[in-house]
Amino acid sequence: MAAHTAAMSMSKILHPFLGGRLGNTAKVFGRTLSSHKNKTGNSPPPAKYGGRHTVTLIPGDGIGPELLNHVKEVFRFCCVPVDFEVVHVNSAVETEDDINNAITAIRRNGVALKGNIETKHTMLSFVRWLTFVPSFVPLCLLMSVGLLFISDTTTHLYANVMHCQSLPGVQTRHKNIDIMIIRENTEGEYSNLEHENVSGVVESLKIITRTNSLRIAEYAFQLAREKGRKRVTAVHKANIMKLGDGLFLQCCREVASDYPDLTFDSMIVDNTTMQLVSKPQQFDVMVMPNLYGNVVSNVCAGLVGGPGLVPGANYGRDYAVFETATRNTGKSIAGKNIANPTAMLLASCMMLDHLKLYDYASMIRNAILSTMNETRLHTADLGGQGTTSEVVQSIMRVIQSKGSLTSEL
Amino acid sequence: MAGTAWRSAVSQVVGALKKESLQPRTFTRGIHTVTLIPGDGIGPEISTAVMKIFEVAKAPIQWEERNVTAIQGPGGKWMIPPDAKESMDRNKIGLKGPLKTPIAAGHPSMNLLLRKTFDLYANVRPCASIEGYQTPYTDVNLVTIRENTEGEYSGIEHVIVDGVVQSIKLITEQASQRIAEYAFEYAKNNQRASVTAVHKANIMRMSDGLFLRTCREAAEKHKDVKFNEMYLDTVCLNMVQDPSQFDVLVMPNLYGDILSDLCAGLIGGLGVTPSGNIGANGVAIFESVHGTAPDIAGKDMANPTALLLSAVMMLRHMGLHGHAQKIETACFDVIRDKKALTKDLGGNSKCSEFTDAICQRVRELV
Repeated sequence: MAAHTAAMSMSKILHPFLGGRLGNTAKVFGRTLSSHKNKTGNSPPPAKYGGRHTVTLIPGDGIGPELLNHVKEVFRFCCVPVDFEVVHVNSAVETEDDINNAITAIRRNGVALKGNIETKHTMLSFVRWLTFVPSFVPLCLLMSVGLLFISDTTTHLYANVMHCQSLPGVQTRHKNIDIMIIRENTEGEYSNLEHENVSGVVESLKIITRTNSLRIAEYAFQLAREKGRKRVTAVHKANIMKLGDGLFLQCCREVASDYPDLTFDSMIVDNTTMQLVSKPQQFDVMVMPNLYGNVVSNVCAGLVGGPGLVPGANYGRDYAVFETATRNTGKSIAGKNIANPTAMLLASCMMLDHLKLYDYASMIRNAILSTMNETRLHTADLGGQGTTSEVVQSIMRVIQSKGSLTSEL
Repeated sequence: MAGTAWRSAVSQVVGALKKESLQPRTFTRGIHTVTLIPGDGIGPEISTAVMKIFEVAKAPIQWEERNVTAIQGPGGKWMIPPDAKESMDRNKIGLKGPLKTPIAAGHPSMNLLLRKTFDLYANVRPCASIEGYQTPYTDVNLVTIRENTEGEYSGIEHVIVDGVVQSIKLITEQASQRIAEYAFEYAKNNQRASVTAVHKANIMRMSDGLFLRTCREAAEKHKDVKFNEMYLDTVCLNMVQDPSQFDVLVMPNLYGDILSDLCAGLIGGLGVTPSGNIGANGVAIFESVHGTAPDIAGKDMANPTALLLSAVMMLRHMGLHGHAQKIETACFDVIRDKKALTKDLGGNSKCSEFTDAICQRVRELV
């Protein structure tokens, strides 16, 4: 399947090249070259058709569709220059055609906003697909000029970033939390390499590589510097997994030496969880391999008020996918208008920041935060009685009251 | 008391008749002998505190102190001293203080050696909110049961090529069966309503899938205990929001490590958390899981609560519920009174003063 698609893509590239339409190829080739120059500052895909961006929208399962409809509503209301290309992924069907379509759409647009997709135990989870499927454009281009480009790890969505912040209007046991969690998204325990050599004995491989560890550490320190953070903590279990997590820790230390303005320390994962539930204010930026990232991000999401409040982003060199931080589908509350739209709306703001539409992003974000803090219109997960639509209406009212040009409410 | 003596006499006779290959537990007039490993650092002083409290409570325990240091046996293999091993094999029950693992000593950690020697396959940590010790979480009452021998801590790692490391997580049917069985038995013996299996079988399909399957099979055999399964991330998310929804949690090694420390953090940290390790052949070692605290060793500042609560767990394991209840109530009362708390609990008292306060309370409760 991979070879077939490769051949097809290659022919598509070669034909215009041979046909003399160099302009198109040069634009694609040019983009690849410039992306190589950027390390973490990914240049967003060029806006097409009159300054409007096209973003892939994957509604997903459970509460995904209704929340993303609200996002569309808010964007339309604020006249955000973003068009959505909706791709449905039906997790009930066993084939992988839907996922391939979605991935093609993401590759085409470069940016996606997605709801959570249920992972059946038999099918590979969607994000795993995203992190593994390579981009064939640079591959085939370079093949056409005679180079065989083997490694395609540069196109994986290798960093999962989550920003957990205490929102003043929300009642939680801990206050003043402000933690950025950067989780390696491609390897570690989620390598999916398992085998049963003897019946009843299963081996699962956890892979840690120097390349990926250096990459995620570089990303973490770069992001910390960009956001004006002071301290980066690496979370690991190197006292037990001496080689694996030892390598990860060593890579973090190497990268830390290039950033003398940032403090670097490390903490063992079980101590980290203990500290998180007693003194979460001590953490600033945290970087860790895949599984610990899963645990720590869920703990932090719970600390600031639950899965309805925290947005998450997955960054690769060329692509970015935005979603809620914790990947729960919310099946039980789907269609009842009680889901909390905050996480998805904040994720869409992160996406607008990525597309460099900063003004729209801060406008929507401020409206969300003031709705959360001042008007106290909370949904059920925060202990209130508000409905999803009430919250969204309130956000739109706040935006309108700020005087910006909007469409009719 | 007479009933216990009668029962122990009968079991001794039955044991002799059965001609078990294992050494029968030493019963001397209804007194149980327990191997005590004081440990390093603050170990000796907190062990003394526990022994004192047990004496005042008139618990039928006779202590047999042993020291555990790594020695090299024939063939260069590291092992624990043979007298410690013999004592534990004979008594079956042990209480252990914190052991230090010197770095670059050339031998594996003492805890690991003990685990391998006695095949301690289950680590049990009951976490219940302590009334006098305030944490942001007030309604915690759960037990984490962690598989202690395999999983991610198998120790099998290799460098495949320079810059690529592979760690192997091992899940076997036998170990999973053993831990699942133990979890349900524990739930039954301690009047617990439900057992939750924690896993990540959506990602690690074969390994956690096997673990989950064996848990389901064990659940079938114990229909009186409710069983459900939950993903690790969901458990973490819900645990910090509402820990009261959890009862008994059973899980493989790594998740157990993280979750048991998370739960310890919910109730106040390792200084107040008891822990027990259950092994094959009826061996059970109860321990305090905090460190040796060398900076306060010998200064009478240590907090014996963790070791004391582990000792209470030990009494319950042995069926001495009356004494266990008495000592536990005394301990919690003293903590609630806040008159004689050690420094880590927020007070100014010495370890001996704290111990004396508990002894006084025990006398009042008799």
